[in-house]
Amino acid sequence: MTSGYTTEGKVALITGSSRGIGRAMAVKLAGALCPFDVADRNAAKNAVEKILKDKGRLDILVNNAGIAASGLIMRMPEAEWTRMIDINLKGALNCCQAASRPMIRQRWGRIVNVTSVVAEAGNSGQAGYAAAKAGILGLTKSLARELGSRNICVNAVSPRLIETDMTSSLTHGEKEKLREQIPLRRAGRPEDVAGAELFLISPQADYITGQVIRINGGLYM
Amino acid sequence: MELEAKVIEIIMEQLDVDKEQCVPAASFINDLGADSLDLMELIMKMEEKFNVSVSDEELQNIRTIQNVIDFLRKNGVA
Repeated sequence: MTSGYTTEGKVALITGSSRGIGRAMAVKLAGALCPFDVADRNAAKNAVEKILKDKGRLDILVNNAGIAASGLIMRMPEAEWTRMIDINLKGALNCCQAASRPMIRQRWGRIVNVTSVVAEAGNSGQAGYAAAKAGILGLTKSLARELGSRNICVNAVSPRLIETDMTSSLTHGEKEKLREQIPLRRAGRPEDVAGAELFLISPQADYITGQVIRINGGLYM
Repeated sequence: MELEAKVIEIIMEQLDVDKEQCVPAASFINDLGADSLDLMELIMKMEEKFNVSVSDEELQNIRTIQNVIDFLRKNGVA
């Protein structure tokens, strides 16, 4: 599920905006839903072309679409590994590729990629997910260097334990254990992440690129 | 305007170079100071202005001003 939104004259594409963090970001803006499969390179290209046709520009891309899974490496099915990479990493690559063209032409763009604390800290049972999310870090920094000369800022937000459908499968015990380790003693809300994303696409963040903003209540520093 | 003149006009604007530097054999990267992103943006501009499409394979062969002119002629641009 993805959305094309407009805010103060700027046009934004947010992937995975039907739920969770994406939805929290999307409700701050206003617009229409246009679902597409991020793992499909042509679908991403077509979605951007449609936005360009309807709105004439694309200023902001938030690569938020993602899926999580748990499983130990010993038994991880190949299909699951592929799915993790396709949706979490390739999806972001596809959308960045499609969006880079209009942003380069405009000499203005803001890309925010959603990674995860597990990309840096790792998490037992999440090798596939963490590998894909770690890939997002390399993607973010490379594109920040590659596209900076065209006034395109590329940053990442790195959340941990945000209360969404994705984390709802954690047991009460698992959540409690995590909360004890968090200095701010609470799980995060989707709005906590959306706030950071909104900052990154605002004029206040015009000199910030290639950075990772960690939103985890202090769980990982 | 002749095709060469149109192409050179775009190159001068995109790469911020003088007409004297835009000889047919001029290499975008070695002679005209373009980096890979400049070149990509230049090709994008050519695609839009002349309504052509440069494939990834064809892109490998575009190194000089003459390469661009040859490509456009080959693709029906007068």
